[in-house]
Amino acid sequence: MVEPRSDGLEDPPLLVAEGLGKDYGRLTACKDVSFVLYPGEVLAVVGESGSGKSTLLQLLSAQLTPSAGRVSYRMRDGMLRDLAALGEAERRFLFRTDWGYVHQDPAQGLRMAVSAGANVGERLMAVGWNHYGRIRDTASSWLQRVEIDTARIDDAPRTYSGGMRQRLQIARNLVTEPRLVLMDEPTGGLDVSVQARLLDLMRNLVNELGLAAVVVTHDLAVARLLSHRVMVMKDGRVIETGLTDQVLDDPREPYTQLLVSSILPV
Amino acid sequence: MNAPSYNFAYLDEQTKRMIRRAILKAIATPGYQVPFASREMPMPYGWGTGGVQVTAAILGPDDVLKVIDQGSDDTTNAISIRKFFGKTAGVATTTSTAEATVIQTRHRIPEAPLHGGQVLVYQVPIPEPLRFLEPRETETRRMHALGEYGLMHVKLYEDIARFGHIATSYAYPVKVNARYVMDPSPTPKFDNPKMDNCPALQLFGAGREKRIYAIPPHTNVVSLDFEDHPFARYRFDAPCALCGAGDSYLDEIVTDDKGGRMFVCSDTDYCETRQAAGHRGSESAAPHREVAHG
Repeated sequence: MVEPRSDGLEDPPLLVAEGLGKDYGRLTACKDVSFVLYPGEVLAVVGESGSGKSTLLQLLSAQLTPSAGRVSYRMRDGMLRDLAALGEAERRFLFRTDWGYVHQDPAQGLRMAVSAGANVGERLMAVGWNHYGRIRDTASSWLQRVEIDTARIDDAPRTYSGGMRQRLQIARNLVTEPRLVLMDEPTGGLDVSVQARLLDLMRNLVNELGLAAVVVTHDLAVARLLSHRVMVMKDGRVIETGLTDQVLDDPREPYTQLLVSSILPV
Repeated sequence: MNAPSYNFAYLDEQTKRMIRRAILKAIATPGYQVPFASREMPMPYGWGTGGVQVTAAILGPDDVLKVIDQGSDDTTNAISIRKFFGKTAGVATTTSTAEATVIQTRHRIPEAPLHGGQVLVYQVPIPEPLRFLEPRETETRRMHALGEYGLMHVKLYEDIARFGHIATSYAYPVKVNARYVMDPSPTPKFDNPKMDNCPALQLFGAGREKRIYAIPPHTNVVSLDFEDHPFARYRFDAPCALCGAGDSYLDEIVTDDKGGRMFVCSDTDYCETRQAAGHRGSESAAPHREVAHG
């Protein structure tokens, strides 16, 4: 399952999943998932709903404890550490500094009642920033980067449109310059033109910042636009994996062929 | 004791022991909220059931009790609680800050400096400073345990973004002994500096929320702020209209229905002590002028 890196660079992997599995009683949500993610690489996980994509994302981010296997992450000091062996304080620190998590529903990833500026600034304050002016400047420059009018910095996200909320959520996650971003259906529920702008924005940011990302999506167009590699899941297992173009243009598995051919031509 | 049907200070001895254990634990971990088995008291929640239980647990026969409500010794709540302990414990009561050994307070710290050996007991409605930002108790306890207090600054940030300055004027969060962030109960932020390095023991009781916390004597208490928006004590434009004090927290008193008002010390004992010492304000019954308002 583990693909060798095609461009021959010898960067050490950022995230390593080995034989990951999660059971809910008799129900298997996820079974024997292994992959390696390198810095700057975007991996898309595709599959229909119920295929174990979101469970996988939660396993990767240590929000769920795996029933089998393990996830290791290369910390900023260069050590590859087993996530299960990290203390809770370390894990939570990682989560608000080195990682980002973009929820499908922005209301889950944002504080809807506090201003956009504070939403972006929260992570900075959590790592000890204590200068209002600097926090606000940083927040405002991030709002610009995600194309939100800075005049709305003091408005609560509940007054924002769906697309703006999602962009704000991305800004909030990227402000601490994480190295890994996990996204769960980031364009779900947005209309097509808004989706396109968001995808464009995400692609630029990922390139600019050299982010590694795992994007869970049921939308193959999202996978094609954003990701370098694709992992196709069905019934909790990975059935096909490879370079995005290769998998989407020349799918091997019957299920992947079905997925690819299910896109309605416009 | 003039009410033999009650145990000393109303609560039974087992309950008092349980509360004392919580108090000791609270003193050992300054600012940490210790859960305790809060009892039903003969008063409604929100009227100081937490403070009353703490007072009952620490009161001894030789103690002299003072009770204030918003600084005043003569409001309903203060008088009721003072009489309650006068009746159930038979202890001496006073209105003088200097003479009291135990002071139960609602929403103020006395103006006169406290001294070693005194205990200040606060009535606390909501002990959790993070509550309005994070509604889950499991989560706030974890945040306290891990010292994750970024969220507290989010509240202050919001204040500045909205009002241009930190507009929180009461229940202003403090960090105790460089570890736990604590809600000083709804005292005005004017009183926050008095908590720092205070020679008296400060105990906080929240009856409905079943929490006790403490600041031991001479503990470092810092009000949270931003580097470019430092903590500032509230300032008043005029001195007290009765005693002329320029350093005390003032209440606004409406004196008629034509917009007449005066500003007087909220701490009645402080004001009366100063007047007895001959200090006069603009509205006091000084010999050279009439009382302006009946």
